[in-house]
Amino acid sequence: MSRRVVITGAGVVSSLGMGAEQFWGAVKEGKNGISEVTRIDVSNLSTKVAAEIKDFDASQYIDKKEARRMDRYNQFAMVAAKMAVENSKLDLESLDLDKCGVIVGSGVGGLETLEEQHDVMRNKGVGRVSPFFIPMMISNMAAGRIAIEYGFRGFNECVVTACATGNNAIGDAFKVIERGDADVMITGGAEACITIMSFAGFCSMGAMTKNPDPNTACRPFDKDRDGFIPGEGAAILIIEELEHAIKRGADIIAEVVGYGCTCDAYHITAPHPEGDGGVRSMNMAINDAGIKPEQVGYINAHGTSTPLNDPTEVNIVKRVFGDHAKNLAMSSTKSMTGHLLGAAGAIEAIATAMALKEGFLPPTINVQNQDPECDIDCVPNVGRKADIKYALSNSLGFGGHNATLCLKKYE
Amino acid sequence: MVFDKVKKLIVEQLGVEEDDIAMESSFIDDLGADSLDIVELIMALEEEFNLEIPDNEAEKITTVGDAVEYIQKNT
Repeated sequence: MSRRVVITGAGVVSSLGMGAEQFWGAVKEGKNGISEVTRIDVSNLSTKVAAEIKDFDASQYIDKKEARRMDRYNQFAMVAAKMAVENSKLDLESLDLDKCGVIVGSGVGGLETLEEQHDVMRNKGVGRVSPFFIPMMISNMAAGRIAIEYGFRGFNECVVTACATGNNAIGDAFKVIERGDADVMITGGAEACITIMSFAGFCSMGAMTKNPDPNTACRPFDKDRDGFIPGEGAAILIIEELEHAIKRGADIIAEVVGYGCTCDAYHITAPHPEGDGGVRSMNMAINDAGIKPEQVGYINAHGTSTPLNDPTEVNIVKRVFGDHAKNLAMSSTKSMTGHLLGAAGAIEAIATAMALKEGFLPPTINVQNQDPECDIDCVPNVGRKADIKYALSNSLGFGGHNATLCLKKYE
Repeated sequence: MVFDKVKKLIVEQLGVEEDDIAMESSFIDDLGADSLDIVELIMALEEEFNLEIPDNEAEKITTVGDAVEYIQKNT
């Protein structure tokens, strides 16, 4: 009998609010978290909007000196981790810290720090580059710092699989607990992608929206979708071996029961035309959970609002579920959160877990004219009650990465 | 005054209270700095006082007083 793994804590730093409760409340109501960009000058860029966190002050949550030595992505991760640990009510004193680990990833890590220090090097010379440049920039520092904060000495790594990062982090952490190498894992992702180089690069790729209206820019499955909307933030989960959680009387949000991970092995940025990798990833997660496809009631889509992703993903679902694709619901919470890149899978896992716990499906907002090529029940514009037992959450990333989580209502 | 300027930088970089900084204060033992903090602080001093502190001299600066003295002698 394999060890069961449950989610016992969640922390969110997002444009939709701080903390899992505020975030979930906003998502349930279908609130828009996208606004005009103020962190950088976008006058010469084709994308004008993002899910930007206004007035984030890390020193409200973490020591001021420590905060100064963290890139924004790492501040997000640390704050979300603190919220998650608090939410889980873990008694740190009584934990076997060798059996506690961290897997937290980021798509690009400290890009803002890299840009700033590159300017310093150009303007003032190599001798003025900060000794904190490297430790602030590297993507694994969030995982390292969270372990330092809580003394978690067990399994630790940083996953980097672009937009699939969050799902891979949680999936890997789930397996670490399942096979017995840890009892508790802090896992998730963080991203601070509203920097000038990030925008310049994504705009050059033509991957992001050109729609300047924050209220209609992100419209997954809609005919007029024209690219993804970047979002910044972090989402961190506490996952735990079931008996460990029960013994300490933890409040269980949902169970993690399956994980799939594949690669398209096809193109650096475009998805496989028939979505082969996505199909195999979803099937792998369903098989890992030991269930039949018909038992899945909800899918939290990757749903980026790009012309290519959304119909490909709908096609993937049709290939995996056949006729059952008509019965299940698949919404994109990215319509509200924007695309948190390396944190996307994690924030969506929290949304999916809450959906199972509360029996409520979050909507896809801004669906005014659904694309016939995306003919699926995307829970358009208004969320609704639905008592479901199993849900999947997809993440597909540049590099052809596909990762799927299967979560179960905890009963 | 050099001491006041140095104090201001230390407050900013090490996140300590101004009242806790004395000429005798050791960066590591009293002000909670680590080796990276000291490198950053030396750089900030070089910038503020427009001087270059060679590595072999920087190694000898372990207290606030050491820094103030070095600056007074070399500016």
